[in-house]
Amino acid sequence: MFLINCPFCGEREQSEFKAGGEAHIVRPKQPTELSDDEWAEYLFMRKNIKGIQFERWNHVHGCRKWFNMVRDTSNDQIKAVYKMGEKPPVK
Amino acid sequence: MTNNLRFKTSKFIDETYRVSFKFNNKTYYGFKGDTLASALLANGIHLVGRSFKYHRPRGIMTSGSEEPNAIIQLHDNSSRTEPNVRATEVEIYEGLVASSQNCWPSVNFDIGGINNLLSPILPAGFYYKTFMWPASFWEKYEYFIRKSAGLGKSPKVADPDIYEHKYIHCDVLVIGAGISGIMAAKMAAKNGFKTLLVDEKSYLGGSSIYDNSEFSKINNQITSSWLEKEINEISKLENLEIKIRTSVAAFHGYNFLLARENLTDHLPINQRENKVRQRLLKIRAKKVITATGSIERPLIFDNNDRPGILLSSAIKKYIDLYGVACGENNVLFTNNDTAYETAMSLIQRGIKINAIIDNREQIDSKISYEVEKNNIKIYKGYTVVDTYGYRRINKISIMKLSKDGQTVIGDKTKLNCDCLGVSGGWTPAVHLFTQSGGKLKFREEDQVFIPDVYPSDQISIGSCNGDFGLEEIIKNTLSSIKKFLDIDNSEYKTVETISGLNQSKRNIWLLPSDKSIGKTKSFVDYQNDATAKDIKLALREGFRSIEHVKRYTTTGMGTDQGKLGNMHALGIISETAGTKMGEHGTTTFRPPYTPLTFGTIVGRNVGEFFDIFRRTPIHDWHVANKAEFENVGQWKRAWYYPKDNENMHQAVQRESKAARDSAGILDASTLGKIDIQGTDASEFLNRVYTNAWSKLAVGKCRYGLMLNEDGMVYDDGVTTRLDENHYIMTTTTGGAANVLGKLEDYLQTEWPELDVYLSSVTDHYATISVCGPNSKKIVSKVIPDLDLSDEKFPHMSFKNAKIDNIKCRVMRISFTGEHSYEINIQANYGKSVWEKCMEAGKDFNITPYGTETMHLLRAEKGFIIVGQDTDATMTPIDLQMDWIVSKKKFDFIGKRSLYRSDTIREDRKQLVGLLTENPEEVLEEGAQIVADIKKTPIEMLGHVTSSYYSPNLKKSIALGVVKGGKNMFGQKLIIPMENKNINVTVADPVFLDKEGERLNAKL
Ligand SMILES: [Zn+2]
Repeated sequence: MFLINCPFCGEREQSEFKAGGEAHIVRPKQPTELSDDEWAEYLFMRKNIKGIQFERWNHVHGCRKWFNMVRDTSNDQIKAVYKMGEKPPVK
Repeated sequence: MTNNLRFKTSKFIDETYRVSFKFNNKTYYGFKGDTLASALLANGIHLVGRSFKYHRPRGIMTSGSEEPNAIIQLHDNSSRTEPNVRATEVEIYEGLVASSQNCWPSVNFDIGGINNLLSPILPAGFYYKTFMWPASFWEKYEYFIRKSAGLGKSPKVADPDIYEHKYIHCDVLVIGAGISGIMAAKMAAKNGFKTLLVDEKSYLGGSSIYDNSEFSKINNQITSSWLEKEINEISKLENLEIKIRTSVAAFHGYNFLLARENLTDHLPINQRENKVRQRLLKIRAKKVITATGSIERPLIFDNNDRPGILLSSAIKKYIDLYGVACGENNVLFTNNDTAYETAMSLIQRGIKINAIIDNREQIDSKISYEVEKNNIKIYKGYTVVDTYGYRRINKISIMKLSKDGQTVIGDKTKLNCDCLGVSGGWTPAVHLFTQSGGKLKFREEDQVFIPDVYPSDQISIGSCNGDFGLEEIIKNTLSSIKKFLDIDNSEYKTVETISGLNQSKRNIWLLPSDKSIGKTKSFVDYQNDATAKDIKLALREGFRSIEHVKRYTTTGMGTDQGKLGNMHALGIISETAGTKMGEHGTTTFRPPYTPLTFGTIVGRNVGEFFDIFRRTPIHDWHVANKAEFENVGQWKRAWYYPKDNENMHQAVQRESKAARDSAGILDASTLGKIDIQGTDASEFLNRVYTNAWSKLAVGKCRYGLMLNEDGMVYDDGVTTRLDENHYIMTTTTGGAANVLGKLEDYLQTEWPELDVYLSSVTDHYATISVCGPNSKKIVSKVIPDLDLSDEKFPHMSFKNAKIDNIKCRVMRISFTGEHSYEINIQANYGKSVWEKCMEAGKDFNITPYGTETMHLLRAEKGFIIVGQDTDATMTPIDLQMDWIVSKKKFDFIGKRSLYRSDTIREDRKQLVGLLTENPEEVLEEGAQIVADIKKTPIEMLGHVTSSYYSPNLKKSIALGVVKGGKNMFGQKLIIPMENKNINVTVADPVFLDKEGERLNAKL
């Protein structure tokens, strides 16, 4: 079970958190101008990387804040956590 | 039985404290300090069970948690009965009752033993191959397989014991209190680390604590004496917590570990009252030191499973720790020096050793010379080729090994014995290390897997790290702990060791025999009866991966997870396939290391704590008025209120009629309530609901439908504008938490620029809904100051009011199609206001109704319930709710998806009403809807989502989803049931008062 360093609360048990899928997918500003394929790309297509992956997490049983995490899915090492809106750290 | 098996030499056994116990209905005696296994052995009993597949007689094989054979049922016929307990781990207590498993009618005469004679036709994969086809026979096969196989009995009644969970946070966790664990714990604690030391045994010190041999010394003291002083010293350290009888079951990522602490199992039954039996420790350690030691390997030869065959280290432990001789005429069989330590322990007590069979041609160690000096015959370069004796070994035959160790040569010699100690070297106990995600490497010279890459801040020391010699263990423990903890002071000055052992070994995974392999039974996994022959067969049949071979032969799949034989299985595979060890992978050791009871896993979460539930502020009234309850999410909701002897149908019919004829009252407190404030609150609602919100006047309410981004209906409810920048949103009962989460997600991640604040206030308010033609009169009595005239308080509006000076919010909204009010008041006043409404409604036959009637009333009006009439595939258009989807709004969640090529299909499943040909026939919810039953396969058009008998319409009504249903009004369809076909007509889903006359009637 992970120990996750919430950017707002500090280190907490994984059981307090909820994973929220791939990070840095921006909701299109004008969805109506997108083709079906473009909309589907936003709606359905997600990466499933073995290795370094950027993810959204929510401290759902804590401060309820969403934040981003860089995780190596091959060994579950958490490389970084950072707030929404912040740039991902450079490797 | 022989009396001279107990030697009064052990300080671990309290000879003044005699303990009586029952095994297989016979009473025996042991002493305090004995395990069930040592006490049985002291009574001359080896045969304790039957094997799983062939029902072969099996005896105690080991002295610890790796035991594959001595698996017993503890506490016969009581609520505490427990199967699959290892006799080697049970400390005896007065009144202990235990029995053998997997044998019928008795362990000495077992009918299933016939499987042993049939074994040529019971090869690996036999069950798979024979019983898989035809599949319809499986039920019959299964019955016989289970009857003859079963491993123990589970208790039939609730567990009376208390269990609990405990969190522990520490700087350093040391697993295993053997010599290196003790040293590591001392170094950590003395250097300021908050340290926890755990060991599965009832004593500290591991196997060194009974090592009294002159051939093993530390700083010129006998190892056990040196260690005793160390233990004495660490027991006084403030920084160190020590837990014995505590076994680590799981080692997860990020140094999170689960351990089971056994607190009462060793006590006499009458001393366990009101005490916690076992504790599940949830340990989060900054650093973990694994010192779990190693497990002695057996040797794989023909008939290597007879009672009386034990690991040589177990024989040593039984004599040194418990003062029990496992036999009176012993033979030791080894490929390394370990057996000579056992020999010395036996020699010291004058116990006969008939011979030592050693695979090695050359033996060069002080201890072996000493054994030879005692006139013990050592057969060098020999192997055991067979054993004899049914319920107990009585003879072995041996032959000389060829140079390459692949065959046997020369003549066969027979030797008598009643006990055979075997030693195939040692396997590091890397189970926890691999559980944590650690990667192993193979060490060629002594054929062991040892830790290589650590996935977290942890280290393995001692023999679980592949250090076997005393000097090596101590030297490496000191240096690696210093480095691991980054400390200068090791707390140890010089540690000098003397050891008479040499680490040489002649490893042969499968010992050769004069018989062909097909005629041998050389067991690799004792518990699951998997033999070397089975593994070779699996390879012949094309299995390569160790995981596949394991499943096919069931090797390593028993409750012991193959702690003894997994390495041999790997070895035989690589020898047979001509590959390198480790190339086929190592097997995965999964938690728990040793089995856990369910009680330990659930802890205090039993009974009403098993699954928590929420109750409304009015709950006690419902209970007092005999409501039946329904679980909705975590909530207990009043389902219906049966009067006299009413069944559910009768109660619901009465409640539904009363609500429309006069007045009904519903506890709606479970509806989710989200308080929304901020200057962008209206804009926010515009974006999350399908309809428009900007123009909603203060004091007005509006129904909203919320979609997922994929256009599918997610939730619905009424939202009220309390003030310019203040709304209160209601959600479905089950959707409340998810809706709040979704709204927060969008606010924080997509629209952080919006000035909006959300708070869940579900639990803050009690919500009471009063409906029906007399609702106005009732509410005017409860809140006399409130003007309820249609002009001042029209449908879909809200007023602030006071009841007995307590502020409340009153909404005129309706989920039943009747004139109705919803009173929201601070939760703790909920029950008294409810009672006030009941009192005020007395003259109007005010009738409390539950969720079932609520569902019926809304179905009459064709109102959907999200999650019942919808699943995650229904758009608002599918629900015929086009009216609620704004065409003008630029965007809202899910808008774009409403005109994807798939969502605009005309033949999607759409919500319709269904009327049965026979108005008394009520459809089953979930029933399939078809048009043509003649053409097969019959095309499924949809299914029934809601179905009731309406007392107000005096007919059966139903809602359902049907492909293209929107354009099928008036069409006849069929609902095929098991024994009949029901004819239905597609209808408008609004069955009652489509014009809203009831809602708008002047009252
Ligand atoms: Zn937080």
